[in-house]
Amino acid sequence: MDAIQKNLLEQVAGLHEMPTGAFNIRANGQSVGRSTTAHIDIVTKDEKQGIDIVIKPGTKKESVHIPVVLSQSGLTEMVYNDFHVGDDCDVTIVAGCGIHNSGAKDSRHDGIHTFYIGKNSHVKYVEKHYGSGEGTGERIMNPQTIIHMEENSYLEMETVQIKGVDSTKRATSAVLADGAKLVVTEKLMTHGKQYAETSFHVDLNGAGSSANVISRAVARDDSRQLFLAKMNGNNKCAGHSECDAIIMDNAKISAIPEITANSLDAELIHEAAIGKIAGEQIVKLMTLGLTEAEAEAQIVNGFLK
Amino acid sequence: MLELQNISFQISDEKSAQKEIIKDISLTIDDNQFVAITGPNGGGKSTLAKLIMGIEQPTSGKLLFNGTDITHMSITERARLGISFAFQQPVRFKGIKVKDLITLASGSQLTTAGACDYLSKVGLCARDYINRDVDGSLSGGELKRIEIATIIARNTPLSVFDEPEAGIDLWSFNNLIKVFEELHDTSNNSLIIISHQERILNIADEIVVIAGGTIQSKGPRKDILPGLLSGTGSCRFYQ
Repeated sequence: MDAIQKNLLEQVAGLHEMPTGAFNIRANGQSVGRSTTAHIDIVTKDEKQGIDIVIKPGTKKESVHIPVVLSQSGLTEMVYNDFHVGDDCDVTIVAGCGIHNSGAKDSRHDGIHTFYIGKNSHVKYVEKHYGSGEGTGERIMNPQTIIHMEENSYLEMETVQIKGVDSTKRATSAVLADGAKLVVTEKLMTHGKQYAETSFHVDLNGAGSSANVISRAVARDDSRQLFLAKMNGNNKCAGHSECDAIIMDNAKISAIPEITANSLDAELIHEAAIGKIAGEQIVKLMTLGLTEAEAEAQIVNGFLK
Repeated sequence: MLELQNISFQISDEKSAQKEIIKDISLTIDDNQFVAITGPNGGGKSTLAKLIMGIEQPTSGKLLFNGTDITHMSITERARLGISFAFQQPVRFKGIKVKDLITLASGSQLTTAGACDYLSKVGLCARDYINRDVDGSLSGGELKRIEIATIIARNTPLSVFDEPEAGIDLWSFNNLIKVFEELHDTSNNSLIIISHQERILNIADEIVVIAGGTIQSKGPRKDILPGLLSGTGSCRFYQ
């Protein structure tokens, strides 16, 4: 890997070198490194681009890194990654995509990640997106996440897109069985003329299932964002979705919540707030000696931390 | 320390009529002086505090801080010169932790123990608060104490407190008094405290009574306080 790819890798997966545990690193459409463990296998798909990550039942305290980097301008790829997490596991999965585009053609990575999470398993899934490069070609990412959660499983999903991605459409859908719990935190910042769309579709099918989807977003310059959250309570369950957004400059944000209770015992809540940075917050930090610009940066950084 | 020379402040109301909130106020605060400003609600006390910090700009008049003309300086410049301001209603932040705010206030990297010292001074068990966000999850009283802790951490030559007693009913009032006494006794810093509380007025060196945008009376505590506490004072100022 060259220096640009290594930088992308550090941005999206926090990796300075090859990670420990299982991993598969994909650069410009090719696998450039792979490692498996006694409990975690990674298998290349035959019929289409992508890999199967198979985590054996009972695997504890292990991690899988599957970052993707693109530095070749004009490259377009569609990748299918399936995660088969057995019962009673406790694992961390780090994905993420970095695109460096210094050319005039668009570079695009579309990834479909499907999770099958077994009974009583605990999974932490982290996905970061990052773009760099001075080219006029756009950096485009369209991640799709499909989640099947079995009884009493737990998924904590953390997605971050802070810089450099021109266009993104993120679609996440989840189906939860009895006692399953899903927690999603999304951090998103758009700038320039970027466009970002996030949609969630959660079906709370199981008794005692719960979902908490929290989005924190900042849109600056002329960027636009659309947040859609659809939650169906089909049993005795608890669902909460929250979109908290700051708009700056000429940016535009729409938040469209939809909660449907199909069961008398479903408890669903949606919260959405969009607004500019409160003037009094800037004033307070200025009274501590920060300039207006420093105060603004502090507020935005804190909000997205 | 601080000199207000013929400060006036006008605003335009909905009918574009000019309304004078502060009328030609002149006032001097000396080094190491503790001045309490009191008077009826709507009399202009908070506006005066904001004019000192630069949150509002006077329509006319001059402000001098240690001889420097600060009339047209920004909030940031005044803060860096050594003026602090405690808000009557503390500001909430999503994502900024109590430790972050105290670190920003102190102007240097603080250890957790260092940040805890400031919180302990305002009666908060630091361990429970240091990593909490300064947001809606804290009660009004807790926010108020954290606000006061940021001012202690700044340790500037002049600190302005806008009604520090408001909303701190959960905290024993004695501690608040002790904080101000300590601030006054252990440094050469000056304090301006806007307050309605007799016990705060009772520890000030000087009391200034503001009503209707003007100074109704000012002088050493012993001269002013008895008049305020007597019936005539109340009638005169609080009608």
